[in-house]
Amino acid sequence: MIRMSNKNSKRNIAIVVLVIVVIAAVAGGYYFMTSSSSTSQTTSMEQISTQMSETSSMTTQQSMMSSETMSSATTMASATSSVAGWQPTASVSITGAGATFPQPLIQKWTVTYNQLYPQVQISYNGIGSGGGIQQITAKVVDFGCSDAPLSNAQFAAAPGLVLFPETLGGVAITYNLAIYGIPSSTVLHFTSSVIAQIYMGTILKWNDPQLVALNPGITMPDAHITVVHRSDGSGTTFAFTNFLSVTDPNWATQVGYSTSVTWPVDTAPNAIGVGGKGNPGVAGAVANTNGAIGYVDLIYALENNLGVGAVENAAGNFIAPTLQTILYAAQNATGTPNPKDLRLHIVNAAGPQSYPIATYTYTLEYQDMSKNPDITLPMAQALAHFFWWEIHDGQQYAPALYYVPLPANVVAADEQLLLTLNYQGTPLLP
Amino acid sequence: MFSSVASRRFINRLFMVLSTLAFLIALVPLLSILYQTLSKGYAALNLDFFTQLTPPIGGAGGGIINAIEGSLTCVGIASLIGIPVGLFAGAYLYEYPGKLANNLRLVAEVLTGVPSIVTGIVVYVVIVATFHSFSAFAGGIALSFMMIPIVAISTHESLKLVPNSIKEGGLALGVSRSKTLVYILVSTAKGGIVTGIALSVARIMGETAPLLFTALGNQFMMNSIFAPAESMTVLIYSYGTSPYPTAHAFAWGAALILLLLVLGLNVVVRIASRLKPTTAI
Amino acid sequence: MQTQVEKTRARQRARRLDFLHTVLVVAAIGIPIIAILSLYALINGSLDSILAFGFGFLTSSQWIPNPPNGGPPILGALPSIYGSVVTTTIALLFAVPISLGIALFQSELAPGKLRLPSIFLVELLAAVPSVVYGLWGILFLVPFMSSYVDPGLMNSLGFLPIFSGETNGLGMFTAGVILAIMIIPYAAAVMREIITAVPRAQREACIALGGTQWETMRMAVIPYASTGIIAAIVLAMGRAIGETMAVTMVIGNVARITPSLFLPAETIPSVIANEFTEVAGNGIYLAALFELALILFAIALIMNLIGRLLITRLAFHGKVGSDV
Repeated sequence: MIRMSNKNSKRNIAIVVLVIVVIAAVAGGYYFMTSSSSTSQTTSMEQISTQMSETSSMTTQQSMMSSETMSSATTMASATSSVAGWQPTASVSITGAGATFPQPLIQKWTVTYNQLYPQVQISYNGIGSGGGIQQITAKVVDFGCSDAPLSNAQFAAAPGLVLFPETLGGVAITYNLAIYGIPSSTVLHFTSSVIAQIYMGTILKWNDPQLVALNPGITMPDAHITVVHRSDGSGTTFAFTNFLSVTDPNWATQVGYSTSVTWPVDTAPNAIGVGGKGNPGVAGAVANTNGAIGYVDLIYALENNLGVGAVENAAGNFIAPTLQTILYAAQNATGTPNPKDLRLHIVNAAGPQSYPIATYTYTLEYQDMSKNPDITLPMAQALAHFFWWEIHDGQQYAPALYYVPLPANVVAADEQLLLTLNYQGTPLLP
Repeated sequence: MFSSVASRRFINRLFMVLSTLAFLIALVPLLSILYQTLSKGYAALNLDFFTQLTPPIGGAGGGIINAIEGSLTCVGIASLIGIPVGLFAGAYLYEYPGKLANNLRLVAEVLTGVPSIVTGIVVYVVIVATFHSFSAFAGGIALSFMMIPIVAISTHESLKLVPNSIKEGGLALGVSRSKTLVYILVSTAKGGIVTGIALSVARIMGETAPLLFTALGNQFMMNSIFAPAESMTVLIYSYGTSPYPTAHAFAWGAALILLLLVLGLNVVVRIASRLKPTTAI
Repeated sequence: MQTQVEKTRARQRARRLDFLHTVLVVAAIGIPIIAILSLYALINGSLDSILAFGFGFLTSSQWIPNPPNGGPPILGALPSIYGSVVTTTIALLFAVPISLGIALFQSELAPGKLRLPSIFLVELLAAVPSVVYGLWGILFLVPFMSSYVDPGLMNSLGFLPIFSGETNGLGMFTAGVILAIMIIPYAAAVMREIITAVPRAQREACIALGGTQWETMRMAVIPYASTGIIAAIVLAMGRAIGETMAVTMVIGNVARITPSLFLPAETIPSVIANEFTEVAGNGIYLAALFELALILFAIALIMNLIGRLLITRLAFHGKVGSDV
């Protein structure tokens, strides 16, 4: 009985034909997709013209910024023009990874840059600041991003690595009390001591006397606080815990500041701590839990209709994070940036209107890009030009995503650093 | 202990009811998942969904074409490696029965139980860290590590099911062992072998953890298999845990496509294998 | 001088190593290569941590990757082991009776036409990808649990420490429920195979003595199949411990040991999934994650081995097929 019955062999043939058809369809589809990317170039021209009209609406928002930023527009224009004529020499595909804090902005940048230069595909993955540092140190990705400035030890582990700030944002204290009659438009007041106590598990309920005293006129609910923090290594955590350490001595001794800390609220009796992965994870946990509090990059709070709190700053005022107040913090605390070490701490900045939990985020790259053997010369050129574009033309996309455009002195310092980027000694810019 | 007939009958009926109930309870989550995925995923499907690249996180519009490409590439690489190696390994287990083969078979069975995240870490160390890049290739290797034991075992089982008389008939006619294996045994066991392969493909299509540390992700289509790749499973994970409702809708849409592919493959295979012919001997 | 038989045998041996069979041998080497590679990668990666923490790693309940004053990390596996054990126990508590019920239904009770479809439907449960379970879990089951199930349990059984505390749906209980759903098809399939393999003689003897179906099950079938049922439970346990995605999405991700089931916790796979990609150059922290992976590998391996050896023992005695 070696011969098959007709029905059986027909079925087998059908399966084989189906598999071949599927493979052919996939291959054909893939071919179609990659060949159609060349036709997208014509449409990108239309997209650039719409972006030009977007730019004019951006500048009205920018006019709300201080005059310093406006005067930087002329500096921006002159610097950009010297690099503007560049065209990529080859199709390149670049991988970056790091913080989730600037992820909305950086991914917006990479997509926009790809529309401007379709041959340059830069893909950014948000895996946490710790991940960005780890992967760039191991030279597995082409560039990294972190909101936590590298420690000297981390610099030592990655010789030749430099960092420069590419944007600036605020860590918002966010909460979900809608079900208790406190809509997200209500701005609750917090002091750093109260926040520290919440995250240490010593303040357990929303109607704790300290919270009630800070928020007269608001009926604080008798509900348990679900305290959400990061479960992965995070620069957002770094800025948040840095702020608490600087302002609350209790926190400084018990917990300290780092990209990843041990949260006392996780083990405190009767307290509920929850870990979320990435800014999206924390925002998601807060959005899904009544009575939750968390710390996230401002955009994640605003885009999900979560309440954003006002925090007491060094001057004693309760300030909510807005583009303006974060900019004030930057202006008051940045000082004179040194291109040789662009780690800038602006937490708990002075100034009456400064938002106290503001932080720069940094791009990490090797000064001599050839140190990473996977980076070819065209890739290095494209990356360097992308960085230049980031701190100049790219800044116009920041306000819409609730990031603050870099102040002029920071842009100038960044430019000096970027001009030192080289490939085996040959400078990459202009 | 003597119970009345009535009480025994009652207990018997109770047992029947409870068992049926158990079966129905198991169906509830299945139906719930199918319903939720269908209703919420369907809303996200449109032409853009299948042709556009993934949007920046939280952004509007966009599609999952790069995720579809990445998934198919990783599964394709895994199949290219896993199917032949698994097939031949299973044939080896059949051709050389003995203590060594028994131990090898035990190793394979144990490997099928290794958590997929451990496989992901191992491939991270072996390939990603060594070659300094996340890639679809590494993702494919990780998936093939999972696929090879499964295919080997199912091939071995299918070959074992072929009656010995058929093999002996071939050998008696003077056909060499190799030819017997290929033209007689494998073609008789074709149904079971194809079923095993199809089921393993369906299984790895739905895997996430091995791809987290190997393929990473990509906002664009890949230029080569040695570039990072987005995949439908990782997309569902990262978009599902984000707070944006638009991202959630995306995740449901991708989950619907994935579910259709995986369940569809399972259904087709299982229905087809029910039509297995019975040999007369 | 060789006899005819010896010459034929020699020719056959020579033929045995022809091209195809060489390919077979080479392919078969692939399986131990995978196993050895995995072991090597895990052991090599976890060496630093094993040397630093020693056996105390398994008993220490502190997970401090970055101590406040910049000292070396203090890491312990106990919170994640605890979470793994608790969620698996919850999963088994739900899954074992239900799987047994399903297996009995499929092998005994289902009318002929319903039998194959019922097997088919339960196997569909196994085919759903883990991440889809996770998505359904986090967007549907978690709100459902926190709105209906958890408050109900707290109101009625809140005096028990396991049901005390606040709840938001993310926690060990929800993770246990999802795990139960995921291992039910697996356990049910193995149990069904075992039960159908019990010889008819056993059943018929009991029926001849006037036993009802239930009594046949209870007195004739299940004791006979008890080894196999235990094997099914052990295999399901191994599956549950290694489950990553669905659990990571609903368990809350906090390193904590607590009696309350509603509170967020973590399991070994969830810790690895969350923290692996971003261990920033911290040698011991990364090594500790590798050690966790090694522990997970070892547990899953042992569970699998025990389960399969139990089944093989049954197969050896001709009691059940070995295609599980």
